[in-house]
Amino acid sequence: MFKRMLLKIYQWLEDRTGLFGVIGQMARHPVPPGARWWYVFGSATLCAFLIQVASGIALALYYIPSADEAYVTLQSITHDTAFGGFVRALHYYGASAMVLMVGAHMAQVFLHGSYKFPREMNWLTGVLLLGFTLVMGFTGQILRWDQNAVWTAAVAAKQAARAPFIGPWLSTLILSGPTVGGSTLSRIFVVHVFLIPGLVFVFVGLHLMLVLRHGISEPPHPGRKVNPKTYRKQYEVSLKKEGVPFWPDAAWRDMVFAAAMVLGIVILSLVFGPPELGHPPDPSLIDANPRPDWYLMWYFAVLALLPHGLESLFMVFAPLLAGGLIILIPFISNHGERSPSRRPWAVAFVIMVVVMIGAFWWAGVKSDWSPNFDVAPLSDDVVGAKSGPVFGGARLFYLRGCLNCHMIQGYGGRRGPDLTEIGDKLSANQMILRISNGASNMPAYGSSLKPAEMDELVSFLQSRQSELRRHK
Amino acid sequence: MNEKNSTEINREPGKISRRTFLERVLIILGGLISAMVGVPLAGFIFKPLFKALPPVWRSVGVVDAFKDGETVAVTFLQASPLPWAGVTSKTAAWLRRESAENFTAFSISCTHLGCPVRWRPEAQLFMCPCHGGVYYKDGSVAAGPPPRPLERYPVRVQDGQVEILVGL
Repeated sequence: MFKRMLLKIYQWLEDRTGLFGVIGQMARHPVPPGARWWYVFGSATLCAFLIQVASGIALALYYIPSADEAYVTLQSITHDTAFGGFVRALHYYGASAMVLMVGAHMAQVFLHGSYKFPREMNWLTGVLLLGFTLVMGFTGQILRWDQNAVWTAAVAAKQAARAPFIGPWLSTLILSGPTVGGSTLSRIFVVHVFLIPGLVFVFVGLHLMLVLRHGISEPPHPGRKVNPKTYRKQYEVSLKKEGVPFWPDAAWRDMVFAAAMVLGIVILSLVFGPPELGHPPDPSLIDANPRPDWYLMWYFAVLALLPHGLESLFMVFAPLLAGGLIILIPFISNHGERSPSRRPWAVAFVIMVVVMIGAFWWAGVKSDWSPNFDVAPLSDDVVGAKSGPVFGGARLFYLRGCLNCHMIQGYGGRRGPDLTEIGDKLSANQMILRISNGASNMPAYGSSLKPAEMDELVSFLQSRQSELRRHK
Repeated sequence: MNEKNSTEINREPGKISRRTFLERVLIILGGLISAMVGVPLAGFIFKPLFKALPPVWRSVGVVDAFKDGETVAVTFLQASPLPWAGVTSKTAAWLRRESAENFTAFSISCTHLGCPVRWRPEAQLFMCPCHGGVYYKDGSVAAGPPPRPLERYPVRVQDGQVEILVGL
């Protein structure tokens, strides 16, 4: 009885809307067999996006996008609201998963040559979706609205301000004014919650429509080249001969992988919780050390390691060049070999990008170029004296900021060279010259140190010798 | 023969067909509707951002509160804070007393990427935590990536108060 009633409702709805038929037809569209696990990253990205939508809507129920109240509401969500910390963590790790999956999907599409004819527009819409994902990540970090978020917004605006002609205009647009203020958060909230997600929905729809229009690309085979004149016919014939319905023959792998990914996100959320909020978003608190979230840390490192003077050029033209080049890939070559085994340069390029981003990310995490502000004065054991010129020099080495950048026996900063054994390498006169005149990465102390202070400092540095030299 | 073809055939040379006319009317009306709604919306969204605001002198303390040769952080309100800005309406500068009536105010933002620089009094240096930029006490670049000296605010002494010109 109940079943019959449900069936009648289903039939009525299908008769009036035709929705189930359309969805069923799309779900069961034929796909080439043999795709296996390589093809799961696209659907995993979509799954991560849906987690972001669900957790984002939940957070928006409590979050007040006001410069004055956002920080307090986030504290309340994290510490006083049931499941609040978990939902924040879900949103954070969901974002990380989305960035990872979109990157993996892109690498797979590039390696398999799936961007070639007739799927150029699939690639183009995918690149735009990658861009939207990164903008979502960046704006999401600012919505955390703590001290780090405020300064991250300020840094982004400063960077944008370097663009020729439109720089100041871009900077004002990012901050919603000349500086971080009352409008900054509410406008970034609009971008993060309405504008970019709306664009993501539109372009995901377009991307999926293109996938249905051109079909999922068949796994590449060495020697089976793409010829735009014959490709469509060959694809159609092979699909008719050996195609399988996407649902469930291919979709089960997507579901298994997506489930594993969601499990990973949930476990990370439970174990590590949400990113801790820093100090309040008060721009007059100077003791800030702004850092981007992990997915932009590599770029932070690039900006630190660039040769001085190239930053402006790089900041403006590198993203434009990189974005333009990625977009143009299928328009530069849309035919020929697809198999990675016959495209060694494509494989080398992906490996190079992954290694490069990984290396810069690690450099960013370590941030050796930043002075160590937390360093304490050297202990008597390290100094090797409790009075006299060596002791006085060690004190000056700390007070004058040398220890912020140089390391002595594992204590200090890493910006400058390790000076643990500097006494073996430089004479007293060489030291005086270097300290007085400085270098490109070292201030000149000639005018700020008295002769007696210079003597003490050099005495201390001369005493920094290797064990071997000391016992000679 | 379909309707379109018959219309195309029957129209007089040099004159546009009714259908072409209607198509153009549709496009023009669509554009008109977009402009009627879009122009005020764009004005509402963007105009306030680029509204020029007059700079304001902000007091940061009495003259005697600052010692000769010392550099200290001073806090003050932005030029035109919005009522709901809360703590974000505040900002800061590094103020140095050069002599009895002579003060210099430095922006706290590094000229490399805008991170807040810290003053190390013993070293007489400003240091940036982000990419290691270093400045001397006069704001000139001492080391690292900053392309320019620290920016300065105009400062004056008025009625025993040190004032900084904000919002330039």
